[in-house]
Amino acid sequence: MINALERLGRSVLDTTGRFGRGHLFLFRTLLRFFGIFKRPSLLVQQLFSSGVLTLSIILVSGLFVGMVLGLQGYNNLVGFGAEESLGVVVSLALVRELAPVLTGLLFAGRAGSAMTAEIGLMKATEQLAGLEMMAVDPYERVFLPRLLAGIIALPCLAAMFAAVGILGGHLVGVELLGVDSGAYWSQMQASVNFTNDVVSGLIKAVVFGVVVSWIAIFEGTDCVPTSEGVSRATTRTVVSSALAILALDFVLTAVMF
Amino acid sequence: MSRFAEIMVGLFMVLFLAAMFILAMKVSNLNNFGGNDGFEVTASFENIGGLKVRSLVSAGGVKVGRVSAISYDSETFKANVTLNIEKEYAGFPIDTSASIYTAGLLGEQYIGLEPGAEEEFLEDGGEITLTQSAVVLERLISQVLFNRSGD
Amino acid sequence: MFGVNSKSGATARAKAAKQQPVVPVLPDGEDALIKIRNLHFSRGRKAIFNGLSFDIPKGRVTTIMGPSGTGKTTLLKMIGAQLAPTKGSIEVDGQNVHRLRRKALFELRTRMGMLFQSGALLTDLTVFDNVAFPLREHTELPESLIRHLVLLRLHAVGLRGARDLMPSELSGGMARRVALARALILDPMMIMYDEPFTGQDPISMGVLLDLLRTVNETLAVTSIIVSHDLQESLSISDYVVIISDGVVVEAGSPDQLRSSDSPWVQQFLRGDPDGPVPFQYPGPTYQEDLFGESTHD
Ligand SMILES: Nc1ncnc2c1ncn2[C@@H]1O[C@H](COP(=O)(O)OP(=O)(O)OP(=O)(O)O)[C@@H](O)[C@H]1O
Ligand SMILES: [Mg+2]
Repeated sequence: MINALERLGRSVLDTTGRFGRGHLFLFRTLLRFFGIFKRPSLLVQQLFSSGVLTLSIILVSGLFVGMVLGLQGYNNLVGFGAEESLGVVVSLALVRELAPVLTGLLFAGRAGSAMTAEIGLMKATEQLAGLEMMAVDPYERVFLPRLLAGIIALPCLAAMFAAVGILGGHLVGVELLGVDSGAYWSQMQASVNFTNDVVSGLIKAVVFGVVVSWIAIFEGTDCVPTSEGVSRATTRTVVSSALAILALDFVLTAVMF
Repeated sequence: MSRFAEIMVGLFMVLFLAAMFILAMKVSNLNNFGGNDGFEVTASFENIGGLKVRSLVSAGGVKVGRVSAISYDSETFKANVTLNIEKEYAGFPIDTSASIYTAGLLGEQYIGLEPGAEEEFLEDGGEITLTQSAVVLERLISQVLFNRSGD
Repeated sequence: MFGVNSKSGATARAKAAKQQPVVPVLPDGEDALIKIRNLHFSRGRKAIFNGLSFDIPKGRVTTIMGPSGTGKTTLLKMIGAQLAPTKGSIEVDGQNVHRLRRKALFELRTRMGMLFQSGALLTDLTVFDNVAFPLREHTELPESLIRHLVLLRLHAVGLRGARDLMPSELSGGMARRVALARALILDPMMIMYDEPFTGQDPISMGVLLDLLRTVNETLAVTSIIVSHDLQESLSISDYVVIISDGVVVEAGSPDQLRSSDSPWVQQFLRGDPDGPVPFQYPGPTYQEDLFGESTHD
């Protein structure tokens, strides 16, 4: 009983401590923001590993999600004789919700976990300590480019997800099920507002980009430097990012739409 | 490796711009945003139902413009709707009529224009006098019910 | 601060005198580059340092020895200000490293080289780029000069031909030699070597020993070696410090140590399992572990 209480207390303290360290970490990283202009090539390198390498999974998932939306939307709308609105359904669902959220989740699984594992291993193999001893600041050299790359890459990927998804919806709805192509696009145009829908969706994606890469990098730096510690940190990255994305999505939707 | 990464990141950004182009031009209506290159005519309706600013204006099923403003006139007790009609569709006769329709049973509402037969054309700032209000579903239903019970 | 009342003043003074660290005296005519004073540090419940104090002479080779797990690596990390002590101070070149502001600390670190136990090469760069890394970070040298300097260092450690390999393609000993080349590239005023000899065959060992000695003599670099390879380290050291249980057990020149009558030193030099230096990590006795029901908690 006392033991259980003690364990509970300790885990609360652990979590709170991690929370505090996490914020401190983000603060320290952002303090060095201007360091990125010293070595833009690091950012390019990170955009490659978190953006370009995630591209294929995003495009494929976007296409399929759009196709499913096209199919489901059509099946439901045709009952009301409103299948002309298919474009609206597909595009609003994608632009406002599915593109940022699913991209965020996929990004956490593909790029976030890789970031955690990479940084965790850098810690375990003393590369971070080595950098410090060479008077190179790991915050500026390792963490900042990764954080910024995540913040830039995620909205880009989300935009591509939405565009490909809408094309996928077109493929199924128009090419296969025979909705009028003109109606698909014009109804969409009539209901989707660039600032309210597209830009808001991208703002969500930016927020998710901050959160996912922050969690991923921080978990990497905070892991126990062993193979087990790294694997645990990787899992934690994916789980916490997913929860954070879903919770934040609710908050952002409530605020913006 | 670094060279390759640069090229791929460049391609990535191009893809992003392409996606944004689709989202801006095809998916949303950014292309006819500051669309004041058309001309405006007004029309007043008893009831506009669910018509909104930027609802579609069509003639013969073809999009010819958008609703650019809606206001309520407290003297005539009518809704004043301003239509922005694209330049290339100038040339509606002055006895053109405007009606509010619904796309599908529950869909969006839009304004349909039916050209009349006069020789004179509507000009910028002109008014469409022949209008037909929106069919309000609730009113329709209550009418049906009322008539039934009256039988 | 100072006792008003003479009685308490006296006790305070007595206390201070008792705590006053006993600092081993350096050989005649040596200047201290690093001064470690009354260092305290613990990991969890285990105290690692209990008032460790000694000096490291400038421009000489100093070897730090001690049983595995006494905190030699920890000490090197503290000298590099990666860990902060709970009490006590470390002065490098007249500056208390734990009081320095970031910028000054980083400036100081560019003059410190450190060879990590594991090498700590950056795994996403080739051998060449790893060695060139500090130059590219801290200098604006043209690429042709960087190439020249890097190849020079790689040649010195016998790995000029391995410049295009990735760290994952190196053996442990090779990786450590690359790390050594990297630690040397900025011509630091001091280098800390954490177990540089482990995993080296007799030939590379001989070359390394020569290299350490040459580096020390030609560049007047202060070298601090942590090593278990007794004969090798003694052969190139000017000064040896033996640490156990968080304090200095013995310090002096290799000859002084060899002729020391301290049982600690003798046990350490001969490698006897039994003696004042415990071989076992502290814990319950073996009998308790074998027969005791549950000695945990
Ligand atoms: N990250 C850590 N967390 C907790 N304890 C640690 C940590 N790192 C080291 N220790 C403890 O600190 C002590 C000293 O470790 P250190 O690595 O400095 O030993 P060492 O003298 O270098 O040993 P070796 O000769 O085997 O390399 C060890 O007893 C170890 O248990
Ligand atoms: Mg060690």
